[in-house]
Amino acid sequence: MARTIVVTSGKGGVGKTTTSAAIAMGLAQRGNRTAVIDFDVGLRNLDLVMGCERRVVYDFVNVITGEASLNQALIRDKRCDDLYILPASQTRDKDALTREGVAKVLDELGKTFDYIVCDSPAGIEHGATMAMYFADDAIVVTNPEVSSVRDSDRMLGILASKSRRAENAEEPIREYLLLTRYAPERVAKGEMLSVDDVQEILSLKLLGVIPESADVLDASNKGEPVILNQQSDAGQAYADVISRYLGDEVPHRFLEARKKGLFGRLFGG
Amino acid sequence: MSAIQPAENEPFELKASAITLPVLRLFDTDMDRIGERLSHKIDQAPDFFHNAPIVIDLSALKSGDATVDFALLVGLIRGMGMIPVGVQGGNELQNEAAEMLELAILGNGGERKTRPRPKPKPRVGANAGDGDNGSGGLLVTRPVRSGQRLYARGGDLVVTAAVSSGAELFADGNIHVYGALRGRALAGVNGNASARIFCRKLNAELVSIAGRYKVSDSISREHWGDTVQIYLVDNRLIVEPV
Ligand SMILES: Nc1ncnc2c1ncn2[C@@H]1O[C@H](COP(=O)(O)OP(=O)(O)O)[C@@H](O)[C@H]1O
Ligand SMILES: [Mg+2]
Repeated sequence: MARTIVVTSGKGGVGKTTTSAAIAMGLAQRGNRTAVIDFDVGLRNLDLVMGCERRVVYDFVNVITGEASLNQALIRDKRCDDLYILPASQTRDKDALTREGVAKVLDELGKTFDYIVCDSPAGIEHGATMAMYFADDAIVVTNPEVSSVRDSDRMLGILASKSRRAENAEEPIREYLLLTRYAPERVAKGEMLSVDDVQEILSLKLLGVIPESADVLDASNKGEPVILNQQSDAGQAYADVISRYLGDEVPHRFLEARKKGLFGRLFGG
Repeated sequence: MSAIQPAENEPFELKASAITLPVLRLFDTDMDRIGERLSHKIDQAPDFFHNAPIVIDLSALKSGDATVDFALLVGLIRGMGMIPVGVQGGNELQNEAAEMLELAILGNGGERKTRPRPKPKPRVGANAGDGDNGSGGLLVTRPVRSGQRLYARGGDLVVTAAVSSGAELFADGNIHVYGALRGRALAGVNGNASARIFCRKLNAELVSIAGRYKVSDSISREHWGDTVQIYLVDNRLIVEPV
């Protein structure tokens, strides 16, 4: 049985797609058969971040409507044999994702995969509720801002009530906090909430803190999940996230502002 | 068999009837004003209102989609010795909020509206081991999130985690929060003026006992962030460190 992980947030642009791509790649690199599904119907962009946009023939909706088989629609990653991508449709309307249809696809994937990562659209619109409903684990992506934290809290409330696990009174979804776009300099200046502030409000297991990094945009422009760039802070932080998710105790890094070099110390900043 | 004779082996008869009930028609949702005016009215004819069933009519609210704080309203009405039985003239959201407090949804002629029954859902925030503690109380061990509402009908509500701002707790009995209370807590919503609220850290948006309430602005800064209990003395909310 596969474990289904939903990557979700209250508002858009916080780093869900970046995170889905990194986590799917990270799990697959460690030998887990992993599928990553784009639930953001109409706003296809997981395939861009994964660098497979020119190999898309069929999509998630085609599989649901029976126009294509799952095997026809799954795109195998060129860098990692254990990773497959199921892209979103750019044209279909969102209601094409039916609960029965999604259940069928997840069940079929579940037979041969270890992990299914669901890249969710923001908030509680249709695609997001579909992605959430079947989750075993939820990674709540949050930026260190009051509004993002508030929205995440709301999402957690919905996760706790509107999921298959909640409806069947099973063990609840495992919830994790992932803090992204963390800029320690701005935290120090009081412009952003600190890790501690966010944890105090959300009281949730912290899966990781991803620093704000130019390498993220660079990676998505190249179609290479940032976790493949182990020179970058963000890539290393995502690798730590995978270790923690798989049960290793790894200390959190990149929480402090970097020490200024001689130049910075002499000329201030 | 004649109609007046009870059917054999039937302990009861079920039939429709028309009962006229007093209606409280709201023009406003300001619970302070409602409370003040209502207690004035009742003072004029206390016997008439004692244990009187009453219907809340929402059809004349200035803004059709106004949020009605039913927990406060029910607490107020009960606190004054009346029995709120249902609402009429509300919209979908108002009806949902009213049902949460076990008010019947009535049509305009007073007949009960049957609504498609939602699937029974487990209590929000429930956890393995959470739930009814056997005495009508409710035990919750996970954080109560913004947008969640919990109601301990007929008993105490115990939360062993934090309550986020935007979350709402209701209990007929006491409310205990063994974490930070950042949302709203309404104890004694059935009119029980001896109910109390206890919390580890007071950062509440609103606290209320039997319909008497304070919003965060009017909670004394002196006790902000403290471990406190909140109770009623002569209709006044007392906030006191424990
Ligand atoms: N850690 C980060 N540092 C810098 N930019 C980031 C980071 N994470 C995400 N971004 C940028 O933020 C934008 C939104 O990211 P995306 O993953 O598409 O968010 P979502 O899927 O939640 O809408 C993108 O331009 C992305 O490159
Ligand atoms: Mg996205």
